Amino acid sequence: MRLLVKGAGVAGLTAALELVRRGFAVEVAERRRTVGLGASHYAGGMLAPYCEREAAEEAVLTLGIDAARWWEEALPGEVVRNGTLVVASGRDLPELNRFAARTRGYRRVSAEEIAALEPALAGRFQHGLFFAEEAHLDPRRALNGLYEMLTARGVAFHLGSVGQPQEGLFSAVLDCTGPAAIATLPGLRGVRGEMLYLETPDVRLSRPVRLLHPRHPVYIVPRRDHRFMIGATMIETEDEGPISARSLMELLNAAYAVHPAFGEARVVETGTGVRPAFADNLPRVVERPDGLAIAGMYRHGFLLAPATARQAADRLEQRLLPAGKELNHASAHQRGTAGLQELDARRSSP
Amino acid sequence: MLSLYETKLSSRLLLGSARYPSPAVLAESVRRSGTEVVTVSLRREMAGGKAGGAFFEMIRSLGVRILPNTAGCHTVEEAVLTARMAREVFRTNWVKLEVIGRHDNLQPDVFELVEAARTLCEEGFAVFPYTTDDLVVAEKLLDAGCEVLMPWCAPIGSAAGPRSLSALTAMRAAFPGVPLIVDAGIGRPSHATMVMEFGYDAVLLNTAVAGAGDPPAMAEAFSRATMAGRQAFEAGMLEPREMAVASTPIVGKGVFA
Repeated sequence: MRLLVKGAGVAGLTAALELVRRGFAVEVAERRRTVGLGASHYAGGMLAPYCEREAAEEAVLTLGIDAARWWEEALPGEVVRNGTLVVASGRDLPELNRFAARTRGYRRVSAEEIAALEPALAGRFQHGLFFAEEAHLDPRRALNGLYEMLTARGVAFHLGSVGQPQEGLFSAVLDCTGPAAIATLPGLRGVRGEMLYLETPDVRLSRPVRLLHPRHPVYIVPRRDHRFMIGATMIETEDEGPISARSLMELLNAAYAVHPAFGEARVVETGTGVRPAFADNLPRVVERPDGLAIAGMYRHGFLLAPATARQAADRLEQRLLPAGKELNHASAHQRGTAGLQELDARRSSP
Repeated sequence: MLSLYETKLSSRLLLGSARYPSPAVLAESVRRSGTEVVTVSLRREMAGGKAGGAFFEMIRSLGVRILPNTAGCHTVEEAVLTARMAREVFRTNWVKLEVIGRHDNLQPDVFELVEAARTLCEEGFAVFPYTTDDLVVAEKLLDAGCEVLMPWCAPIGSAAGPRSLSALTAMRAAFPGVPLIVDAGIGRPSHATMVMEFGYDAVLLNTAVAGAGDPPAMAEAFSRATMAGRQAFEAGMLEPREMAVASTPIVGKGVFA
């Protein structure tokens, strides 16, 4: 049973892994020259279901709560479980209270506790919220890691615009093409996001820091090699053009407000991506004549992809395998515990 | 009925469309608010000149009148250009004119505002100027051709509520025949009720609903609060007094020993 996954971003690669774990023969087609160059390339990589609940529906929390564990199992060592620190300047204290009222899973932290968590921020913020259960990863490393693992497990990748496989040869096609699906999926729109990378040895952070502001909330996610990802704008347009001067100023101002040493940092990269989103900003697994589509990841790709991958794999199993049968190409331990639990649950149900 | 540039409206609540958790929540909030006018920021949604097609389509599909705004403009030129673009995109001559003078409290630059208003009114726009409670500026805006005034009651997004009650009542008294809409600074339904009790014709708000825990429910609360304030104003309220006034007359009261 051969399946084709179209699109090698976070939705496609996580789904490919779920399908391989369940014994399907999977191939991945990506029109770009390598994996993870679409919207995923500009992701923050925050596994922050509690914080995201501030402006998202409960489903983001329930579907995302397990994401860190999924990524840890898939890519041991890539997930950093240091929580999230949310801060606001004194004049924006009402924003912090508003954020606290909309979320849970945090404790309020004083200036001393902030200094203990992030010594670089000592004396800079009087009040904060600490979401201890949250985690983060480096999206680019994570997707390259999945790529290598899938290749090692025999998944064929068709990269680049030439030599794409014939879709008719597959039992089903799983469309994970992100913004490229906007033209073909009703209700899907694009939301522009801009971000940048700063590099400085003068600031050290152990976890994502969110700075609340009534107009320009931003997050700073530490990466390896003294780099920091600063993101991200949300603009209702499908324009992929370069970052605007205004957005650049807002992001840099916010970074500077978190720590003045960012003023001396090097701007090593700026980027713009388009997030595919449905009207409720929640992802969906959509039925299509030749298979399924995972669409509308919005700003929650790395947080919700494990859940959509499982959902899509479940539905493809139901669709392609006669009741009571299952593919046996993979041994149980190769599937991973997550897939196993789901299979067990289905076996025991009537 | 409220009449704005000869358009009759039964709802006295105007709603902004920015910063909702999702377009779906925005649509539901608009529905439950009963509003007939929704403001849309053209500027940010048009980065690079490519219209936010899907988002604008969604706004158009709400079946309400669109009031494009010039949010984020700091000069006459920017504001006029944005208004002209908005007329093309939304096919309306209505524009909420916003020319910001200070970055931190988003206070209008009233000098640039009056000049931009004059230019746009001459070009046939129906201008809704976001202004302060300054009476001289208000006079100049009317001279420029504006038929509606939209004073703030506190800085945009501050949720602080009416800061200067006497300035608001003075403005109402100074311009009895001009539709006055309180724009910016409303945080709670009671704020909306208060300015409607003063005799203001409508309120325009965004963050108070978009930033609420349950935006559609808050939209409905504001709808009711606005109606309550208006109804109270029309019904005629008592003037406050220093001393008690017994609500039960004493004369003729039965005596029970």
